[in-house]
Amino acid sequence: MTILTPKTEAELAEVIAGTQGPICVRGGGTRPGGHVEAETVLQTAALSGITLYEPGALTLVVQAGTPLQDIEKQLTDEKQRLAFEPIDYRGLMGTSGQSTIGGVMATNTSGPRRIQAGAARDFALGVRFVDGTGTVLKNGGRVMKNVTGYDLVKLLCGSWGTLGVLSEVSLKVQPIPDTSACILINGLTNQQAVDAMSKALGSPFEVTGAAHAPEGVDGHPVTMLRIEGFEKSVSYRAAQLKDLFGAYDVSIETTPEKLSAGWKWVRDVELMHGLSGDVWRISCKPSDGPELAARLKADKTLFDWGGGLIWALLPERTDARARLGEFAGHATRVRGAPLTNIPMFHPEPAALATLSKSLRLKFDPHGYLNPGIMD
Amino acid sequence: MEMPIPNASVLARKDRIVAKLSAVLPANAVISDEAETRAYECDALTAYRCPPLAAVLPTTTEQVSAILKICHAEGVPVVPRGSGTSLAGGALPTADCVILGVARMNGVLETDYNNRFIRVQTGRTNLSVSGAVEENDFFYAPDPSSQLACAIAGNIAMNSGGAHCLKYGVTTNNLLGVTMVQMDGTVIEIGGAHLDSGGLDLLGLICGSEGQLGVVTEATLRILRKPEGARPVLMAFDSNEVAGACVSDMIKAGVLPVAIEFMDRPILELAENFAKAGYPDCEALLIVEVEGSDAEIDEQLTLILEIARRHNPVELREAKDAEDATRIWLGRKSAFGAVGQVADYMCLDGTIPVSELPRVLTGISELSKKYGLRVGNVFHAGDGNMHPLIMFDANKAGDLELCEQMGAEILRLCVEVGGCLTGEHGVGIEKRDLMVDQFTTQDLEVQMAVKDVFDPTWLLNPAKVFPLQSSQSRRAGQLAAE
Repeated sequence: MTILTPKTEAELAEVIAGTQGPICVRGGGTRPGGHVEAETVLQTAALSGITLYEPGALTLVVQAGTPLQDIEKQLTDEKQRLAFEPIDYRGLMGTSGQSTIGGVMATNTSGPRRIQAGAARDFALGVRFVDGTGTVLKNGGRVMKNVTGYDLVKLLCGSWGTLGVLSEVSLKVQPIPDTSACILINGLTNQQAVDAMSKALGSPFEVTGAAHAPEGVDGHPVTMLRIEGFEKSVSYRAAQLKDLFGAYDVSIETTPEKLSAGWKWVRDVELMHGLSGDVWRISCKPSDGPELAARLKADKTLFDWGGGLIWALLPERTDARARLGEFAGHATRVRGAPLTNIPMFHPEPAALATLSKSLRLKFDPHGYLNPGIMD
Repeated sequence: MEMPIPNASVLARKDRIVAKLSAVLPANAVISDEAETRAYECDALTAYRCPPLAAVLPTTTEQVSAILKICHAEGVPVVPRGSGTSLAGGALPTADCVILGVARMNGVLETDYNNRFIRVQTGRTNLSVSGAVEENDFFYAPDPSSQLACAIAGNIAMNSGGAHCLKYGVTTNNLLGVTMVQMDGTVIEIGGAHLDSGGLDLLGLICGSEGQLGVVTEATLRILRKPEGARPVLMAFDSNEVAGACVSDMIKAGVLPVAIEFMDRPILELAENFAKAGYPDCEALLIVEVEGSDAEIDEQLTLILEIARRHNPVELREAKDAEDATRIWLGRKSAFGAVGQVADYMCLDGTIPVSELPRVLTGISELSKKYGLRVGNVFHAGDGNMHPLIMFDANKAGDLELCEQMGAEILRLCVEVGGCLTGEHGVGIEKRDLMVDQFTTQDLEVQMAVKDVFDPTWLLNPAKVFPLQSSQSRRAGQLAAE
């Protein structure tokens, strides 16, 4: 196996232009996707560093191989953050190393705040990338609003490197709010919890996280609602939300350490760390969540996004899609040994699959970039 | 503005094409009489006009599919049209095209408060989407200033923004799913009530593709609960630079107002004469709006006003009640009308990094002197989305051309400082030829390759977005294939 580590965008282009066969594109290698049959591994690790950071414009331009950790540190120093709360997959996947921003964007990885703030793709302002022929391309830019030409930025986000290898991304960042609080409701059934989350998300109190664990850290069901903002505003909204669920066993948590640990637990799916079995991630209409969870009969279940995201731990080689049956949404097999009969990504309707395949052929005519990773 | 030469073969087959369309559509849904097609000869970029071959007004997705199948088979270009409010000429016809107007497709298909979405036919106007959920205190966030008239179809085509997108995002951030008809008549569903795509993000690609990839007939939109209240403040400064610095400081301090609007002196004077909003005499005015309960608003405004005071404002005025709030917004909301009273104007919407505001405003005022045309600036300052209004006289020979040249220079300046040609209006025909200033040949080529996938014969809105020279061989392929 050959490992290539280009140090500049020009080198990256050269490497891809000169390749004779499939390439496995890798950021930090923390979230391996589907199986890629390739003799060559292309690492973006050496394409590292912050190109431009303007806190007053909420803009960050960064090389794709930059470790997420470095970016988060730099942002924290200015009291800012990536609002989409990228997941740290290492614990769940049993991987080590450093997650890179390119990997985060290429997989459109978003955490609990996705429900309110948006996904990684919603914070991507621009990309530079090298397509399958070795051509350097750009799309978008570094401004907040941009409708100049087609939005290939969104298309590249979540394309798992199959359309091009990202060399640089521009991001919109967000100020870190002064304070945060979490409304905790104990003992709800899945149905009650999804109803409660829906009520909270439909309130004017700007809930930025809504998760439900049928088995919380102490083994009992717990529903979590997060609010963030200025101090008085947070205490006001926390009280309002608590009142909304007066009939339940409700409490308000405000200790910063406990809050960040709690939401990290949800974000990184710590419930399933170290447990054997396959991990599935299902995106659905929130109100379908309880019924779909019932059909899954999973060993462990975690609801996020107000019920619209289900994490499920199932025995190895279980076909979750067969258990789910027809539903509006998609199920991704996030962790599990490669299986030809159970692909990682949800099979698309034929018309969409044709479009996606044709798009890949335009960007990567030889099919060299991460072939098969999204099958 | 150059447009392709109409296809003589299509023009010659007009009767047959109209007959075929009439056969699949209800009575009154096909307009082919020359006097009546004039109603579709332009959009809000009124400087350019051309009546289409025919206009069709379907009421269902099935009808749209039938229309596109016919046009595909006959090799007829199709220009989709929402309400025709495009400022960029996105819905400008060619003489050989069929205008596909979705105006009669304005129904609400599903409203779901538990899952916070609404599904509508895309001819529905932006404001009436909010109207449909208002009684339950919900709203649809993107609010382009044409929201009373503009259709969701056009919003999706142009990825429209609005004054409040600093907090709520633009159309693409609020669009969950679409039903789209491809040029060959195939109906596809992308997304839905769930979040994010299981495969490639085709939804993100469709949004903002200016009607060139398909005709979106139905949309699933995110709706939000209304905030408890909102309150604007007005801040007057004695220079554009100081107002710009104040915007930057607010953002850095971590306050994220729902809107920060900026007006410069030329606009203020016109708006004041027109609307009598009682604005202070100043060089630059900011309107900043925050949301929440009364106590929350107080808390945010205390911080915002404290920052403003550090910049020696000429005046700070906080709305005490709803009437005050209306007055503060009055001048801003009537700014375009005020300019329209005194001159013809062209409205650009280049977007720049916020830090470049002073430099670009100075540059615009220099260009104004150079060309001898007045310019007023009114824009969304929080996100750097400029709106220079260049005033000219359409009846004066050469004035429009002069205005266009000046507009092009302003947009090149926006690109030069790290910005882009258009932040929310779209490229259409207006900025088509400037695309080469922002993109390399390869950057444009890959975008056109995307269109090749969705519309291989380049029949959908073909003369827009890309410089005619760049797209020529592809559009020629369309003629050859026919």
